[in-house]
This record gives sequence, C-alpha cells and structure tokens, in this order.
Amino acid sequence: MMVKPLATNRSSSGMSTGKLAVWWLIASEIVIFGGVLASYLMFRLGHPEWGAAASHTNTWAGALNTMVLLTSSLSAVLAHQAAEQGDGKKAARFLYFTVLGALMFLVIKSFEWTHEIGLGFTLQSGGFWSFYYLAAGIHAAHVIAGAIIMIWVAAYAKRNEELQRVEYIGIYWHFVDIVWIFLFPLLYIAK
Amino acid sequence: MSTQETHDHGHGDGHAHEPQSFLSKYIFPLDHKMIAMQYLFTGMAMALIGGFTVYVFRMQLAFPGAHVPGFGMVSPDRYNMLVTSHGTIMIFWVAMPVLIAALGNYLIPLMIGADDMVFPRINRLSYQIFLLSALVLISSFFVTGGAFGGAWTAYPPLSARGDYNATGLGSSLWLVAVALEFVAFLLGGINFITTAMNARAPGMKLTDIPMVVWMIVLASIMFMASVGPLVAGAIMLLFDQQLGTAFFDPNRGGDPVLWQHLFWFFGHPEVYVVLLPAMGIVAEVITTFARKKLFAYKTVLYTAAATGIIGFFVWAHHQFIAGIDPRMASLFTITTLIISVPVAEMLFVYIATLYGGSIRLTTPMLWALAFIAEFLLGGVTGIFLGAAGSDIYFHDTYFVVAHFHYTFFPIAFIATFAAITYWFPKMFGRMMDERLGKIHFWITIIAFNFIFIPLFLTGAAGDHRRIYNYQHFPEQWTPTLQNLRILATYALLVMIAAQVIFFVNFFKSLKSGPKAEKNPWKANTLEWVAPSPPPHGNFEEMPTVYRGPYEYGHPDRELDYWPQNEPA
Repeated sequence: MMVKPLATNRSSSGMSTGKLAVWWLIASEIVIFGGVLASYLMFRLGHPEWGAAASHTNTWAGALNTMVLLTSSLSAVLAHQAAEQGDGKKAARFLYFTVLGALMFLVIKSFEWTHEIGLGFTLQSGGFWSFYYLAAGIHAAHVIAGAIIMIWVAAYAKRNEELQRVEYIGIYWHFVDIVWIFLFPLLYIAK
Repeated sequence: MSTQETHDHGHGDGHAHEPQSFLSKYIFPLDHKMIAMQYLFTGMAMALIGGFTVYVFRMQLAFPGAHVPGFGMVSPDRYNMLVTSHGTIMIFWVAMPVLIAALGNYLIPLMIGADDMVFPRINRLSYQIFLLSALVLISSFFVTGGAFGGAWTAYPPLSARGDYNATGLGSSLWLVAVALEFVAFLLGGINFITTAMNARAPGMKLTDIPMVVWMIVLASIMFMASVGPLVAGAIMLLFDQQLGTAFFDPNRGGDPVLWQHLFWFFGHPEVYVVLLPAMGIVAEVITTFARKKLFAYKTVLYTAAATGIIGFFVWAHHQFIAGIDPRMASLFTITTLIISVPVAEMLFVYIATLYGGSIRLTTPMLWALAFIAEFLLGGVTGIFLGAAGSDIYFHDTYFVVAHFHYTFFPIAFIATFAAITYWFPKMFGRMMDERLGKIHFWITIIAFNFIFIPLFLTGAAGDHRRIYNYQHFPEQWTPTLQNLRILATYALLVMIAAQVIFFVNFFKSLKSGPKAEKNPWKANTLEWVAPSPPPHGNFEEMPTVYRGPYEYGHPDRELDYWPQNEPA
C-alpha cells in the first residue's frame, strides 16, 4: 500500500484535501452538463415543435426515477452520519442501499428506453430525441461511475478505513442527483 | 493505509529510500518529478512530429508539386492532414503537456515546499491517460483514409461526415484522442489546484506563492471552467460521425455554428491557459536575473485573474464571418479590445521590473526578454483581428496565421526554452552550456521572425490559409508573394536545424555538464533549497516560509538575495 506524502495531509485552506478535490471535480462536471443543457435550451427555444416530440416521454417513469434517486441520496446522508460516528459497518450498509437505488434507477431507465426505441424514437429520430438520449446517457454514465466508486468506498468503510471518503462520495452523489433534477423538467415535464 | 501525520517538520524523505525497480521508478512512478519528466519528454517527442508536419507542408507551399525529401509528393488530402495534425499536436500535445503538465508537476510541490502532489496516484493516472491519447492520435495516421484533415478547429459539417472530409475513421480517432487528453488534464488540474491550495509549507501566505505557481493554478482553473462545453460538443460530434445524429447537420435541423460556439468557448480561454504559465515563467526568470523584486506582485496577480475572467467573454471574435448578429460582433469587439489591457499591463510590469535592475544576460534571461518582445508583437497584431471591421478582411488569411504564431510560438517555445534552461540545473543536477545555449537562442529568434514577418505580408496581400497550391490562383501567384513564401520556408528550415543545437546541448549537459550546486542562480524560491536534483520527497528538511519570493537587493542585507526559507 502506498504511503501518503506529507502533502496529502496538509490543509493550508482549512478544508481537507479530498473534499476540496471533490468540489473541484464537481465544478468541472457542472460545465460539462452546462454545455449540454445550454445547447439543448438554445435549440429548444428555436424549435417549438420539439414540444410535440417531448410529449412522448413518460413523465411518470421520470418522476419515479426522481424519487428513487432522492431516496438514495438520503441513505448517502445516513452513511455519512454513521461514518462521522465512526461506525464503518453501518456506513457501508447505507452505501450499499444507495447503490441499490442507483441500480433501480438504471433498471427503470432501461425499461423506459426499450419502450421508446420500440415505438421508433431512437437517437436519430430528430433533435429532441438526440438530446434526450445524449443528456440522460451522460447522466446515466455518472450514475454507474458513482455506484462503482461507492462499492469501493464501502469496501474500505466496512473495515473502518478511509471513513472520510464516505462523505466525499456522498457529495458527488448529491451532485448526480441535482443534475437529474435539472434533466427531469427539461426533458419530461416541458411538453 | 494512511499514517495520519500531525507534525509537518519531520524529514520529508521518509519514504525516499525504498528500493525501487526500473518499472516503478521510470514507467509507473508516483514521484511528481518523474511524472513531470514523462510529460516533458513525451511533449518533446510530439514536438518533433509537429515540426516534421510543418516542414512538409511549408515545402509544398514554397515549391508546389515538388518531391519533399523524407516525405514525397504532397497531395491535397495529405496537405490537409498535415496542417490539421500540426495545429492539433502543437497545441494539445506540446504546449499543454510541457507548459502546464510538466512544469506544473515539477514546480508546484517544490516551490510551495511540499514533498509531492497531494494525489500521486491520480497524477500517474493523468499521465497514463495522456500517453494513451497521444497513441490514439498517432495511430490515426495509419488507418484507412489517414489522419483527420478538417483543420484543428474541426468545424462541422466538414468534420461531421466521412464523405465530406474523406477521413472518416481518422476524424473519430482525433475526437477520441482530444477528449482523452482533456480528461488527463482535468485530473492533473484538480491535483494542481488542490496541491497549491492545501499543501503549502508552513508560513507561506497567498502572496508568498511564486508567480509561476499562481499562473499554473489560474490556468488550470480556467481550463476546467472552459473545457466542459467542448467535452459535451466532442461527444455530440462523435455521435454525428458514428451514430447518425444531426446535432451539427443543417440539412436535418442541426446547427454547425453551435460547434463553433462550443469550440471557441474553450478555444479562446485556452490561449490564456497556455499564456499564463508562460507569463509566470518569465516573472521568475526576470526577477532572478535582474536581481530585483517583481515590480508589482499583486498587480500581476489581479491582471492575471482579470485576464482569466474576461477571457471567457471574447470567444465569438473567431466567428465574425460565421453569420453572427452584427450587434453581437460589436460586443465581442469591445471585450476583445478590453482584454488587451490586463495582458499589456503584465508586460509593462515586467519591463518596470527590469528598470534599474542589474541585468545578467544568461540564456534563460535572453529567452525571457525575447518572450516580452515577441509576444508584444503578437498582441499588437491581434488588435486588427479583434476588431470586427478589419477582421472581415483578414479572416482566414496568413495574417491570422502569423498573428497567432507570434503569440503561440513565444508561449510554447520561447517561454519553454526559458524554463528548461532556467530549471535544468535543478532538474538534472548539471549546468547547460551557455555558449551553445546562446547560439541556439539567436538563430531560433532571428529565423522565427523571418518565417512570420513574410506571412504577415502575404496575408495582408490576400493569401488564404487553406490553399495548398497557389499556382491554381493566378492573382496570388506573383513573384513577390512567392518569394516571400520561399523566404518563410527557408527560415523555417534554419529554425528546425537550430533545434539540433538545443538537443545536443540538452543531452550533452545531461551526461557531462558541470555539476550544479543547490542554488546556482542565487534565487529565492524554495526549489533552490532542495538538492539538485531533488530526491524522492524533495527536501532534506521540510522548509518553513518567512517572506515573499522576490526579495532581491534588500537594503539591510549584504547578500543581494534572501531565500524564502531563511529565518529573519
């Protein structure tokens, strides 16, 4: 196992190094999603007919997924609380529960997409659908990445190691959650 | 896993003497200095490829249709491929890795008095992804159709469809390579910013941070804030190429100008992303060799921050002829002219620093002074292009080419040579040859001006930058213009030949240069406290900081310098 350099444990800014890095990571992600959403909005404002395409999306499936993600964020918070109290085992259990939420989100999404593709609405079916699959696809990639990292963090937390990482992955997970809060109204509700 | 260190003054080389195999030391290192060397040498190797491409297409422009030694005949599609590769490689695989990744990795921990980056493994990963991106780009030369030939800006619809650009697979590999490279620099950038924010030596206030560290950190923040939309755009363009979407295809409801916005929203801040580290290097070199305090530390810092902010509001000056609203063109003209104010102010501060100093014309100092002069010319010629009225005439001519080479060459090469000659004793523990260094300097600088002054003239006379054979354009095929093109090509050959001197000097000094002491230039910053070259862990004793980095010629002191770590 690598010995951490002295530098890693210094804290000139007063914030722990790991948390600082997560915030910068999120800053870099905000502009990626910002680019997608700004492009989408500019197109959408110029193409009122996209509303008709949007009416084929399943608002209820989207709403259910919103609830699943929000619930999984709750368990990420509970995991953080457990980690603060030094209970790594409990933190790991809550993290696994969050991973379960991520899986549910992906399952619902894949049903939704299969249905839509079955109806003939594919990536090539025009501007709205291209953005629909692109934005939700990039978001889903983040859900998958977050879930994998969470399993890795939980494996350490179970042995009461690197408990500070429980909070960091939680911050990241809330970010993934918030992105969905933007995507849901823009892709589903605005008909 | 971790040993939670609470004290900070122990020996920094606690883990420096572990036995290391060749693989773990040179191929998969965690040490920031070794990763910096990987970036530096990869960047130098890519510069050779980028230099070869420009040699071939400049030969074609001077002697159209002739056999180019070492390459053969240049067909139009090969020409496009060479020009595209030259731009892409020099910016993304030379300027970025050398100026930001190599120097940032090498200098940040040493100059802030830390033993390493805060995330050594992410640092290693960053280089590995970068190497992969370089390999993907190089592999695109060997696929069917060859490497991408749609210019480094990759404007759709040309870049979006294989049947337009004739390099279908090459253009997708180009996008993948660029996207991977962005990921590598995002990881590296997060590491740089966090390290500078958190791992400073005890006592180092924000205004005690050496300017080059500030500049690399500001550049990393700018990169991070600007690259996102282009990452999104790259995915969209890749979808257009491979999955049949129509984000940028006007025939099917897409908008090609959207790509230009996404590209330049990154592309223009990118100019300042590479400019700021160069400015930082110059600040270090001129203060050391003028033996004078930086004229206005905080002014440089604020102007750099102002440049970083205004840099986000100038991008559409690349699109004055793309059919944007004329009212928007006026706005972007104004912001573009405004950004020359903080940049000029930085140069004035450097000139004021030189005033009254005891200047030593060493090789790094010559490079730093040349940077100020040449970049100034690049900046002044930019005024013509930032103003919409004159840009409509100059757009896509060789005037533009000459202008941005007067900015990018000083950034990517002149400042880099200043940095390499200045920090070489620290990096490798040996001194470079001053005589060879000066010969290399003079030939390179004179040849550089003889390449691009003729191109200003041909550009003003109407030479368009995307033409591969001027014989097809009788009104541009005049003896005067052709002689200027030949002059530029000959000057380029001289400049490329001069780089042999640099490589000879570099490798000869590496092997048999005189041993360097810890602080050969009598400079103040912390890297000169460490042994030359610094061991894994950097310092014999972790330093504490007592003052700013530029205390030269203090009236109360006998010595004309005052290292940052020396107690009062």
